[in-house]
Amino acid sequence: MQEDTIAAIATAMTNSGIGIVRISGEESFAIIDKIYKSKGGKKKLSQEPSHTIHYGYICDGDKVIDEVMVAIMRSPKSYTMEDTVEINCHGGTLVMKRILETVVHYGARPAQPGEFTKRAFLNGRIDLSQAESVIDIINAKNDFALESSVHQLRGNVKEKVKSLRHRIIHEIAFIESALDDPEHISIDGYGEELDNKVTDICDEIEFLLSVSENGELLKEGIRTVIVGKPNAGKSSLMNVLIGRERAIVTDTPGTTRDVLEEQINLDGITLNIADTAGIRKTEDMIEKIGVEKAKDYLIQADLIIYVVDASASLDRNDKEILELLQGHKVLVLLNKTDLLQVISEEDFRNVLSERGLYLPIVSISAKEETGIKELKNVIQNMFFKGEVTCNDQMCITNVRQKADLQSALDSLFLVKKSIENQMPEDFYSIDLMNAYEALGSIIGESVGEDLVNEIFSKFCMGK
Amino acid sequence: MPCLNENYDVCIVGAGHAGCEAALACARLGLDTIVFTVSVESIALMPCNPNIGGSSKGHLVREVDALGGQMGINIDKTFIQSKMLNVSKGPAVHSLRAQADKAEYSRNMRITLENTEHLTLRQAEVTELIVEDGTAKGVKTFSGAAYYSKAVVLCTGTYLKARCLYGDVVNYTGPNGLQSANSLSQSLRENGIEIFRFKTGTPARIDKRSIDFTKMQEQKGDERVVPFSFTTNSEDIQIEQVSCWLTYTNKETHEIIKENLDRSPLYSGMIEGTGPRYCPSIEDKVVKFADKERHQVFIEPEGLYTNEMYVGGMSSSLPEDVQYRMYRSVPGLENAKIVRNAYAIEYDCINPRQLYPTLEFKKVKGLFSGGQFNGSSGYEEAAAQGIIAGINAAMMVLGKEPLVPDRSESYIGVLIDDLVTKENHEPYRMMTSRAEYRLLLRQDNADLRLSKKGYHIGLISKERYEWVVKKEKLIAQEVERIEHVKIGANAAVQKLLTECGSAPLKTGTTLAELIRRPELQYEDLAELDPQRPELAEDVIEQVNIHVKYDGYIKRQLKQVKEFKKLENKKLPENFDYNQIKSLRIEAKQKLNLYQPVNVGQASRISGVSPADISVLLIYFRGK
Repeated sequence: MQEDTIAAIATAMTNSGIGIVRISGEESFAIIDKIYKSKGGKKKLSQEPSHTIHYGYICDGDKVIDEVMVAIMRSPKSYTMEDTVEINCHGGTLVMKRILETVVHYGARPAQPGEFTKRAFLNGRIDLSQAESVIDIINAKNDFALESSVHQLRGNVKEKVKSLRHRIIHEIAFIESALDDPEHISIDGYGEELDNKVTDICDEIEFLLSVSENGELLKEGIRTVIVGKPNAGKSSLMNVLIGRERAIVTDTPGTTRDVLEEQINLDGITLNIADTAGIRKTEDMIEKIGVEKAKDYLIQADLIIYVVDASASLDRNDKEILELLQGHKVLVLLNKTDLLQVISEEDFRNVLSERGLYLPIVSISAKEETGIKELKNVIQNMFFKGEVTCNDQMCITNVRQKADLQSALDSLFLVKKSIENQMPEDFYSIDLMNAYEALGSIIGESVGEDLVNEIFSKFCMGK
Repeated sequence: MPCLNENYDVCIVGAGHAGCEAALACARLGLDTIVFTVSVESIALMPCNPNIGGSSKGHLVREVDALGGQMGINIDKTFIQSKMLNVSKGPAVHSLRAQADKAEYSRNMRITLENTEHLTLRQAEVTELIVEDGTAKGVKTFSGAAYYSKAVVLCTGTYLKARCLYGDVVNYTGPNGLQSANSLSQSLRENGIEIFRFKTGTPARIDKRSIDFTKMQEQKGDERVVPFSFTTNSEDIQIEQVSCWLTYTNKETHEIIKENLDRSPLYSGMIEGTGPRYCPSIEDKVVKFADKERHQVFIEPEGLYTNEMYVGGMSSSLPEDVQYRMYRSVPGLENAKIVRNAYAIEYDCINPRQLYPTLEFKKVKGLFSGGQFNGSSGYEEAAAQGIIAGINAAMMVLGKEPLVPDRSESYIGVLIDDLVTKENHEPYRMMTSRAEYRLLLRQDNADLRLSKKGYHIGLISKERYEWVVKKEKLIAQEVERIEHVKIGANAAVQKLLTECGSAPLKTGTTLAELIRRPELQYEDLAELDPQRPELAEDVIEQVNIHVKYDGYIKRQLKQVKEFKKLENKKLPENFDYNQIKSLRIEAKQKLNLYQPVNVGQASRISGVSPADISVLLIYFRGK
């Protein structure tokens, strides 16, 4: 009953081990035939028996993307009960992403969060009594995806998409008002004008697509959060890491009240680094909000840098932070080693082990900029060992957003084609609307009554 | 006190465009039907513009006709000018619009009602709904008489608690000075029905003898008139037509309006009701579109035997003296004499969210409603709902399946779905842009889309049904055939193409490919197609459209397939959505309020997200 074919990366996005790209739906075999090449080059996986695994290559045209093992499962004997193909590739976010993009390019749709599970359920694969938990899984994944897809869009990208949508709906509204009220509004000779406008919009979408190749669409990278009690030196660390004054540094505890975000590159590893308000009990309303925000960031972080003031003894604020660290990837910095040290690495290791925490500790002085190189080495090590990874959903989100951009672009090309073929004006609005919808899904907005509202507010109609 | 007491199958309240279609549908299906009107003289009255049809409204008339309704037949008998709008655009937006002789339109509809078997006409104001155990059992009239029935259809138009306003003058009447109905709203409220207050307006009527037409542009009808009804023979309606006239407002007009805005009840706050954005009064246009130097004004005849002319584009509720100055500032109207003032009208209507897509009330079984009472505007929108409300009242009485045309089948489906699913804050007007599958819902194929349904209901004759079935087959065969007619790049072909202003062929092709060229039509290529069968004009029209727009049509059909998946997933009646924990709060509230009939409808409710739809699919798959 679900007929379109979906694809997603089924394993965690790490830079090591094996990754799986899964395809499910009627077109699965057709798609894999287009991109799989066996060693001899002759094998068609659609002709192979179910539940077999095949060695070969994934190619986009003549270009080989990766050496893979492909498992094929025919309906109904698969997780989703649909025709399913699983491409086992070398791990590595880039490779998995390239394969997913290729699969999407050849006809699959990037899966919605939890969509495989949903299909498995709707196709009767999962027991009916599990309905509630299936819903919860999907909801959780949806919330996460929503958060990552819209919120992690760069501010300027979001504004750009919004403005493109606005320009498109305005053109549709003009066409539609003329069709609804032909005696009041004329669109004779409008095709050429629209063609120019659509060309401009296409150029801008193509630009967005080109930057998306470099991951510029989303704030991709390891989500890193700097936490610590007030005046531990978090903002100084941030400034040292980004190499300029970004955060305001004073001696007054509680200076940083909002969350500052910056992107830094440590020899090829991108960190999305956020400096947060110092965590402490406070009655100051604004600071309180900042503290709450810091806790939110902490929960979602891929890596936490916990800055400890080594020149002062631990207090109840530190104890609260230590509670929050449970279950996260954390790096501890003993800061202010330029001052008289109250806490040594040894002392702190004991504090941690009492709580069952075994974390890397680096002594630094953000003020004197000592120990920074060691800090960078530790982060790099954590990344290459796979202890710290990018947010799983991010790359998938990016693929989905790219697919939406591409589909908007395709629709606009169809508009241009309709103009070129001298189709009547009402045909333009069909594909303009599709472009509008596709762009909307990037920023999480649906169509609703947009068109009718635009028509009435911008064009004077009526008897 | 003893009172009159009668029994019927169905009571219809109101004999406007909705009431007439509802009454005729019920009576024609053999049900004993009574229709109430405050005035027999006002049956099928056109109190505003003197035309039927127009963009997307023409589609509705065709659809009503394809289901066995009367509006199309009635306007074919009484039009005095006809035009196909948007002919230079695609077939989906071609729309028929005719000027009616208002008096004749009304008189002909009255004759039809009076001569329909099983139909009783009654002049009386309905004041009360009889409801027992949540089921409508009939109505009471002003005199206290009770009329018991198995179903009731409310088509009260703009009459409930109506008042007409211009300047500071308020008349507590329905349109045109007709008696309003002041009691029924209260009875509806007592039965838990939520009432809205809407507003609309109409321009002045001016004496033809006082107009200087030499200062206006003449607007003639089409040379070849196309009928509305699929049953009308076009040869019978090639009449001599009457012209309309075009003139414009100017700076002076706008100044007069701006100076006197404070005297308009719209701006003084006297009017409480919500007016439509698409049919603004001239004062609204001047305020909202201040940069426009002029607005069009169409002077349209109200009939053959009257001197009254309708001033299209200048509806208003300004005071009488300002109306005079304003109209007289328009070229050609310098000496205009007003026969009837422009006015705004306020009336009670319902929040249509309270209806199922069958147009039956969710709260009161056996109670149906249609027309302006449901928060729409326009004669055609009214007729379209009227026929559906009538059919479904009849289906309920007869114990048969209701008729619910969906958004992919008809404009009627779009209209009703929008009314019952979306939040309506103003009188709803049909527009082609509201129909997402517009390319499939053309006025030329309304019979192919709906007449089979009309036949199964019992309103379309067997003869008409058989023609539709045959027509479908002929179209399919011909489309298939011309896809395979090979055309070589020979001299005869090149000559014909050049004559038609089309580029010569470089290599051989098919007849279908040639028809896809914008400048070529099926009929132009007859010479190249010796095997061509003789086909009726309307079959040829369909073949041409199918071949020409094949790619677009296929894409829309694919979208419809997706759409149908969710439409086919039914949801239970009166379900408490609080039971589904995982729905978002707003979704729970909205779903409880709207009680959608299927997942598709649920997905169109604002505030219900795609994630909520996933939850519904999973939850009800589990039940």
